[in-house]
Amino acid sequence: MSMTTVARPEETTFELVVGMEVHAQVLTQSKMFCRCATDYQGAPPNTRTCPVCLALPGALPVINRAAVEATIRTGLALNCRINETAVFARKNYTYPDLPKGYQISQYELPLCADGYLEIDLEDGSTKRVRIRRVHLEEDTGRSVHEGGYSYIDLNRAGVPLMEIVTEADIHSPEEAYAYLTRLRATLRALGVSSGDMEKGALRCEPNISVRTLEQKARGEYGVKVEVKNLNSFRSVRNAIAYEMERQIAILRAGGSVEQVNMGWDEERQCTVLQRGKEDAHDYRYFPEPDLPPLRIPREEVERLAATLPELPAAKRNRYEQAWGLRRTEANILSGEAAVARFFEEAVAAYGESDGKPQRLATWMTGELFRLLYADGEGQDLRQIASIKIRPTQFAALLKLVDDKVINPNTGKKVLEIMYVTGEDPQVIVEREGLAMVSDVSAIDEAIAAIFAANPTELARYRAGEEKLFGFFMGQVMRATKGKADPAAAKERLLQLIRG
Amino acid sequence: MSKALYELTIHEALEGMRRKEFSAVELTRSLLERIEQVEDQVKAYLTVTADLALEQAAAADTRRRAGEEAPLLGIPMGIKDVLCTAGVRTTCGSRILENFIPPYTATAVQRLLDAGMVLLGKTNTDEFAMGSSTENSAYFPTRNPWALDRVPGGSSGGSAAAVAAQEAMAALGTDTGGSVRLPASYCGVVGLKPSYGRVSRYGLVAYGSSLDQIGVLAKDVRDAALVLTVMAGHDPHDSTSMPAPTPDYRAALTGDVRGLRIGLPEEYFIVGVQPEVEAAVRRAIDALVDLGAEVRPVSLPNTDQALPVYYLVATAEASANLARFDGVRYGYSAGADSILENYRLSRGRGFGAEVKRRIMLGTYALSAGYYDAYYLKAQQVRTLIKQDFERAFEQVDVIASPVAPTTAFRLGEKTDDPLAMYLSDVFTITLNLAGMCGVSVPCGFDRQGLPIGLQIMGPHLGEEIVLRVAHAYEQATDWRRRQAPLSIEA
Repeated sequence: MSMTTVARPEETTFELVVGMEVHAQVLTQSKMFCRCATDYQGAPPNTRTCPVCLALPGALPVINRAAVEATIRTGLALNCRINETAVFARKNYTYPDLPKGYQISQYELPLCADGYLEIDLEDGSTKRVRIRRVHLEEDTGRSVHEGGYSYIDLNRAGVPLMEIVTEADIHSPEEAYAYLTRLRATLRALGVSSGDMEKGALRCEPNISVRTLEQKARGEYGVKVEVKNLNSFRSVRNAIAYEMERQIAILRAGGSVEQVNMGWDEERQCTVLQRGKEDAHDYRYFPEPDLPPLRIPREEVERLAATLPELPAAKRNRYEQAWGLRRTEANILSGEAAVARFFEEAVAAYGESDGKPQRLATWMTGELFRLLYADGEGQDLRQIASIKIRPTQFAALLKLVDDKVINPNTGKKVLEIMYVTGEDPQVIVEREGLAMVSDVSAIDEAIAAIFAANPTELARYRAGEEKLFGFFMGQVMRATKGKADPAAAKERLLQLIRG
Repeated sequence: MSKALYELTIHEALEGMRRKEFSAVELTRSLLERIEQVEDQVKAYLTVTADLALEQAAAADTRRRAGEEAPLLGIPMGIKDVLCTAGVRTTCGSRILENFIPPYTATAVQRLLDAGMVLLGKTNTDEFAMGSSTENSAYFPTRNPWALDRVPGGSSGGSAAAVAAQEAMAALGTDTGGSVRLPASYCGVVGLKPSYGRVSRYGLVAYGSSLDQIGVLAKDVRDAALVLTVMAGHDPHDSTSMPAPTPDYRAALTGDVRGLRIGLPEEYFIVGVQPEVEAAVRRAIDALVDLGAEVRPVSLPNTDQALPVYYLVATAEASANLARFDGVRYGYSAGADSILENYRLSRGRGFGAEVKRRIMLGTYALSAGYYDAYYLKAQQVRTLIKQDFERAFEQVDVIASPVAPTTAFRLGEKTDDPLAMYLSDVFTITLNLAGMCGVSVPCGFDRQGLPIGLQIMGPHLGEEIVLRVAHAYEQATDWRRRQAPLSIEA
């Protein structure tokens, strides 16, 4: 088990303990309890509303089956038990963007419980982070503050949210990062959530505490602090690291940590007090009388289990074991469904033997992703689904390199053109005259011309100044506009230069 | 011509219109005139929609001329003001919704409208249906047409009084703890509370969500059965509405109760019941025996727990249900400078004393540290009460009892004593907790001429059997022919 300790032997050693709550918007056409559309992003305020999500008097909720199925599939992917009876509950609190004055959530008997997600640690080992529960609830509306007024937009009110809660199993900021990365990859592979943190579709709230080894031995925990308002996995990692240091410093100074909610100040890279203990809510949960308990038959769970795709961890293992990929590339290529799909289609066209998948992986993660990052919005690899290059074309490009029709540097140039035009690599090579020169006579011709133009250098080489070989090699490549097969060029040059 | 049009039952009126003796417009006009004549005394309506009613009546006449035969075509009714009606103010008897005009119509009301009903107006109610006398209306109390210094019962007092005063041919009420049956009993009309889930609650402004059910106040059992037939059945907008098919409840009205087993629960014939009430109920049961029914004693041992259980469950649900009235989106808003102050003032001014009392009770019952002892315990006892009924219905077909311990009390008599007021519901609350059905049918009068109601209770989805018994009794007696002695000022 990994543990974060502070290496000052004269002082107490602390263990970091983090439990993670993640809210993920569920990808459904309609809201959790009504038929309003969920496409609220960019929609004019309060245009995706009806009596139910406006909480008009007398309106009643009706459960969205698609959201329930997505949550059960998530629970199954997270190795959870699916409860045969799940109960919705009212969580009571007052806020202007919570139209009913309560949120329909789950308390006792969530849809899914007692699972785990395996994450990779830096030392190459894996670890299970236990999942306490996965439950379904509804999102709130949004408050917009402008010119001294507050406005309420209820377009988002009632959008389905999954809440995924871990046990307090995370013991370093890096583990938290690895957990979130793997969780998001899993949600995306399932197609149940976009996982887009910057759009608010994924929200992470770590509960952070530290404890001494004595406390740990007694099974005790320190006082926990919840941090909200984190808009990237990096912020989560930084906030946990910051809180850990802050809490340890307080305890070392003889103080005590208070149970509070903190926010993350991205600019100053520190946590700031949001809500003190004295404002702690009593949510007065009770079973939602408008929704009878949900019965989930075994056959239904089995049917949904059969719809699960290969999950990122399994994909990663397969890439490593069947195709001999290195861990780094295997992780990157298995992390997004769209990337994995591209990669696998390219492998199918290119071949599985002779280290070909790794060669493909190197080209994809290196050259193709460089173009993708430079072109698209941010570092979002899912954009691979909409590029012009088809996986078969990408495989064909590598074949051209393998067959020495073009050299690797030309290959990169061809890829850039393919990225823009979507043409087949052969077409580009032909049109641009990029095919590699491995015709010995052409190379010999070029070499003879170079010798003639550089008699002094040739004489110096022949007098034993062998480092000039590189100069001649460069001249050959330039003369052939880089199209010469480097191996063939070198061989001919070696032969002819001796005279 | 013996009867004025407003005096007819729904079935008589339908027959008259079918025979073209009069039109829906004439019928509606008769009802509107009646309202004009007696409403000052009775105060049954919060809103009268005269123009809309005449429009709907004209439309009904057009439909009928076109050969259509919808089940309530041209029948003028009142709707309790806790049921949403698109374009028609729906106040719930509360200041907080004084100017609230819903953009949608409750499913039950829509089904009546689709069947041709003419909407006369919205009837008075205790604020958010919280009360037993209609005195908790934020606007004015409704008076009992049989004695204007007495309450009509509640919370559907406006609907019961409107039917008793012949200001509506029938009316919808809602029954959370007896709010249809109690006013029916006090006003001498038929009051039907269907089983939980029989009628969609969509558009019924929630009080106690697990107890609320829309019911009917009518002049006779056949009319009540017809209205139920039209509005019952599953609604995709209400997950608690039952998928069970809806029969034509009138087919159950055979008049035959021979061999039927009627249970008499000892717990409902107790000290504190007005002797005339008990005597009338016992005479009614004798009449049913004369018709061939059998009587058996049954026991509902957890009856005395019902009142405390109800006031925990209903108030807990209410405390959440009424949280949406926050002055943000609709209803009364104080216009204060900060959101907290606006909550405080809007709700402080918008809600009346009884509503605040119940919100506080319910909030308390759900609070951390009290939940197990109050709300959870109440739900457990609720299960015991339900099991009492289930066991009893293994031995008998229906259970008979008084609707209320007394006849209508005087206006103001119990307003300062909430507990005494709550006791009016002691015989009706159990059925809501059990989710079962029941009907209140007139069974006599006390010495002061105040109506007494007989309660026939049945199992879940047992509407046919309770209606059959109530109908057989009603037809064997003459109580329904008596009319409230309202004086009409020229």
